[in-house]
Amino acid sequence: MTHVLDPDALPGATPTVHAPLPPYDDVTRSDAAFRSFLHGLPGVDQVGAEARAAQLGTRSIKTTSKAWAIDTAISMVDLTTLEGADTPGKVRSLAAKAKQPDPSDPTTPRVAAVCVYGDLAGVAKDALEGTGIHVAAVATAFPSGRASRAVKIADVRDAVENGADEIDMVIDRGAFLTGRYLDVYEEIVAVKEACSRTDGGAPAHLKVILETGELKTLDNVRRASWIAMLAGGDFIKTSTGKVTPAATLPVGLVMLEAVRDFRIATGRQIGFKPAGGIKTTKDAVKHLVMINETVGADWLDPDWFRFGASSLLNDLLQQRQKLRTGHYSGPDHVTVD
Amino acid sequence: MIGNDRLAVRKTYKLYLNGAFPRSESGRTYEVTDAKGHFRGNVAWASRKDARDAVVAARGAFAKWSGATAYNRGQVLYRVAEVMEGRHVQFCDEVAHAEGLSTSKARAAVDAAIDRWVWYAGWTDKLAAVLGGSNPVAGPYFDFSTPEPSGVVAVLAPQQSSLLGLVSVLAPVLATGNTAVVVTSRERPIPAVTLAEVLATSDVPGGVVNLLTGNAEELGPWLAEHADVDGIDLTGAPAGRAMEFEREAAGTIKRVVRPPATEPDWTADPGLTRMTPFLETKTVWHPMGV
Repeated sequence: MTHVLDPDALPGATPTVHAPLPPYDDVTRSDAAFRSFLHGLPGVDQVGAEARAAQLGTRSIKTTSKAWAIDTAISMVDLTTLEGADTPGKVRSLAAKAKQPDPSDPTTPRVAAVCVYGDLAGVAKDALEGTGIHVAAVATAFPSGRASRAVKIADVRDAVENGADEIDMVIDRGAFLTGRYLDVYEEIVAVKEACSRTDGGAPAHLKVILETGELKTLDNVRRASWIAMLAGGDFIKTSTGKVTPAATLPVGLVMLEAVRDFRIATGRQIGFKPAGGIKTTKDAVKHLVMINETVGADWLDPDWFRFGASSLLNDLLQQRQKLRTGHYSGPDHVTVD
Repeated sequence: MIGNDRLAVRKTYKLYLNGAFPRSESGRTYEVTDAKGHFRGNVAWASRKDARDAVVAARGAFAKWSGATAYNRGQVLYRVAEVMEGRHVQFCDEVAHAEGLSTSKARAAVDAAIDRWVWYAGWTDKLAAVLGGSNPVAGPYFDFSTPEPSGVVAVLAPQQSSLLGLVSVLAPVLATGNTAVVVTSRERPIPAVTLAEVLATSDVPGGVVNLLTGNAEELGPWLAEHADVDGIDLTGAPAGRAMEFEREAAGTIKRVVRPPATEPDWTADPGLTRMTPFLETKTVWHPMGV
């Protein structure tokens, strides 16, 4: 359903929806109220955010700190394959890698999750049975999100039935950029409901992808973050990985500040997942530094922070081999995918 | 009108890495003097991380360079010789200062270096015929052997011969389709920096050659141990360290060219001896058909 901003509309003309946590339980009472709340959020100083992110990127993390950072980062990776050419065999080999990232060193930690398309979630679930590694599935007409709500909900239910522990949804950027914020909100609420299981098991965790590369401004990133958190998302995630720019540090900083402010106001902790464009250990360490100095060590845990990545893991493993052996490793010493 | 009071435009000698001319990531430089001890310039002093980046660049460039046709590779290398010829006067001046040679001897060294480059350029499309071929087999199939490049080759360039020696070790690596990470002569690096400028403007894809000015004693172990380097030429290794570098290279079964006891006469005909070490023979069977 489409909400058109109409200053003459009666307050009761918009439907009642799931109310957010206090003290924000009244901000979604109408399109106008939600809009004025989101536009009332403090503006983002873009130059300041970029400067702060650049400064955080200059921290020197060496020797034992680096070893800790590499192992922590590996344990936070959502090992991802989201290609049209994905096969059950590829997902199984990815699962094998998730279980033992570096066969030459059994002390290497496992990754947090394997992220696949919803139809392959069952394959991943079987391959990861009993390991504690989660299966994340992208849904809601990923990556564009251009489908009717009924189709998106069906997509989510299908992935959940296939055994996904986590659902990565995309927001409706079209609705967001048109200013139909309440539509975006309601859709997230509906997807969250679809994450529950019919057998009464724990509902799938919901990660909300903002696709920040399409939101254009950091102000929009902050607003979209708030919409996702108010609607009950468990994680906010930067990007699909199909659009550039993806997970840049300034965007991450703005999203982390939103996460921090939300916990201070409501007491509820939301996770953060940068995805797309994080390819090197150096990028990963910069993100860990940013987490620690923006929201604090509470988030330095796979339950609250993830890297959405595919090639990052190989670079982390090569750096780990470098620390272990004392000489530089190469791509011949890790798996191809 | 330009008078004598014109401000001097001093040159910053930088590294050649992935087709660009960056400073060392370490920020270090060192002073280079001519053979008489007069100051010639501050040159970038490459660190192990520059060497690491150079290997990444060389690995990235390998697919394109080794995948180019032998004919095309020869054309590109000949183009390098053409551009070197255009810089003849500059090379003569720099070689004369670096090696303390007379003008005529410096010119002879530069001529020989350019001729050497042309000679190697001509070899690219002849190697397969000379080093490979059809093997006689007692069966109903063909059997061919062809030479293939090893991959990324680290080259510790000669310490004495600043241009002819450098060309003599670099050109064979490129002609055979490998990509190179070169550590130049420490005391005489300026002709190598000029060669980098030649390479950057003569159709050699970025990353195929990476020139690091600095100390082979410092960078040698990192390159010898690096798991993504497929071969190492130890010609310019510091006295007494070559055996140690070779031992380190054995950890990842690299191809190694041992240094001669003293620096050889680079004007001598090199033959194939510098091209064969970084080639691997691929042999395939092929059915004859009915």
